[in-house]
Amino acid sequence: MDITTRPLTRPAAPVGWRTNRRLHYALKMTVVYLCLASGGFLVSVPFAWMLSTSLKTLGQTFVFPPIWVPVPLQWANYVKVFEVLPFMRYFINTVYVSGLSVAGTLFASSLAGFSFARLRWRGSTVLFVVVLSTMMLPPQVTMIPKFILFRILEWIDTYNPLIVPSLFGTGFQIFLFRQFFSTIPQEIDEAARMDGCSFVGTYARIILPLSGPAIITGFLFAFRYNWNEFLEPLIYLNTHSKFTLALGLRLFQGEFTTNWPLLMAASTIAMLPVLLTFYFGQRYFIQGVVISGVKG
Amino acid sequence: MFKLRYAQLEELYGWLFVTPWLFGFLAFIVGPMLVSVYLAFTNWDILTPAQMVGFDNFVKLTTGDPLVGQALKVTTIYAGVSIPLQVVLGLILALLLNEKIKAMSFVRTVFYLPSVVAGVAVALLWRWIFSPDFGLLNAGLDLVGIDGPAWLADSRTALSALILMSLWGVGGGMLIVLAGLQGVPTTLYEAAEVDGANSWVRFWNVTLPMISPVILFQTVMGIIGALQVFTEAYVMTEGGPKYATLFYMLYLYQNAFEFLKMGYASALAWVLFAYILLLTLLVLRFSAAWVYYEGVSSKTGR
Repeated sequence: MDITTRPLTRPAAPVGWRTNRRLHYALKMTVVYLCLASGGFLVSVPFAWMLSTSLKTLGQTFVFPPIWVPVPLQWANYVKVFEVLPFMRYFINTVYVSGLSVAGTLFASSLAGFSFARLRWRGSTVLFVVVLSTMMLPPQVTMIPKFILFRILEWIDTYNPLIVPSLFGTGFQIFLFRQFFSTIPQEIDEAARMDGCSFVGTYARIILPLSGPAIITGFLFAFRYNWNEFLEPLIYLNTHSKFTLALGLRLFQGEFTTNWPLLMAASTIAMLPVLLTFYFGQRYFIQGVVISGVKG
Repeated sequence: MFKLRYAQLEELYGWLFVTPWLFGFLAFIVGPMLVSVYLAFTNWDILTPAQMVGFDNFVKLTTGDPLVGQALKVTTIYAGVSIPLQVVLGLILALLLNEKIKAMSFVRTVFYLPSVVAGVAVALLWRWIFSPDFGLLNAGLDLVGIDGPAWLADSRTALSALILMSLWGVGGGMLIVLAGLQGVPTTLYEAAEVDGANSWVRFWNVTLPMISPVILFQTVMGIIGALQVFTEAYVMTEGGPKYATLFYMLYLYQNAFEFLKMGYASALAWVLFAYILLLTLLVLRFSAAWVYYEGVSSKTGR
């Protein structure tokens, strides 16, 4: 909100005060726009650089000062990415792993969030504090024992270590759902109860359908996390054909150390799903930030 | 079969609905944590049986392994420089966006999109940007007549480069602060204005106290995140040159999965946990002086 334009309740302003004030405001807004424009330019330029490089020939990357719009545009780079490495395989693997992880996380977390927000039971307050404290716990402490556990289960080089732990929900997601569910009027549950609706029915047919924004927000956070995850696939996956995008991209780096156009084309493809989902889900993401960040 | 009263049924379902999470919590957090405590006191290479070694691992990491100190130093410098910069820049951006500007949602999108991408793709992009001879950064510096350094290839600039890269994600902090700014009641500003406060005074005495909890939250989450940096160090520099970017998490990973020192790495993990806890508590302790909570008297503190 702008404070300076609000009418003042000051008595008798001096002559010329209004023009002065208008000038001051114009000056201020010029500075605001200049700062935002230069800042916006600085943060966008890496994206432009990535896109530009991805459309060059290898030779054009070693020109100084750099060419921004290569002629002709090498769209073929985006095809080559899929030929030199099984990039499609990596893409499908990543969709598979993150799809199952996200679906599992959302389901388990929304169940627990429902319980914490809408049901009265002894111990719920204590347990919710435990949920919150898991958000603070660095995963490094459990990383090595988890590796040993999965090794005993013979899950190394399978997707199980990446998917199974997600199926039980995470502290952050439970927190997010609980906050959203708490904003729905309690009378709705009571009305459902009068009509003989079970708890499962209240969750599945009343609360969930009202929680579209919560589900989308939860999806965005979980999807981004799982899509970008690098350390866990690095620990658990060995066979190249099982690699996710994060691991596959590094293979590009190894085999084509200097082939920046292909690397940037591959990076663009790898970033695109997250960029698109966040672009289109922006409204819900911001809502999620408000709920998790400010009330947190 | 006897019929359960409604309250009992509610109790039953309350527990039933959290059962999945509870199972995961016990199997993947509590259990592993207990095992990790045990492992920290052993010497174990996975292949041969573990040997109890008492406090040897902790003695070694405090006195016999200079790389632990180096890793703590690198990680602390990164956190100590990157987090304040992110908080301040995020605050400035949020204040600018909070003015009545045209195309507000477009500008917001421009700033926040870089903060949503992460991981290997971003690390590779920035490796290319930092390329000494043909990278974007040195091309830009050349325009203003500066002969740029070798960035990631030089031990004096490698860590600074990674800090610079972290600022690309400043839009995330901006969004959180912006949400906080929009929650400040306009009546407070009006009251301050009636009292004759100019915009600078209003910023210090209204805006800043009102969003101080948001800044505290950002700082704490920033610490937790910064102390766990791994991907950038692993993909871009492998900890080099000359250990200049040996982040703690990278060193932990190397010990566990490259040198197969599972016991030692577990001890390292607990040291990191203790360090995160210590820093968080310090920030919380000092926050009492500058964080304002609504409905709480500043004299009694609570």
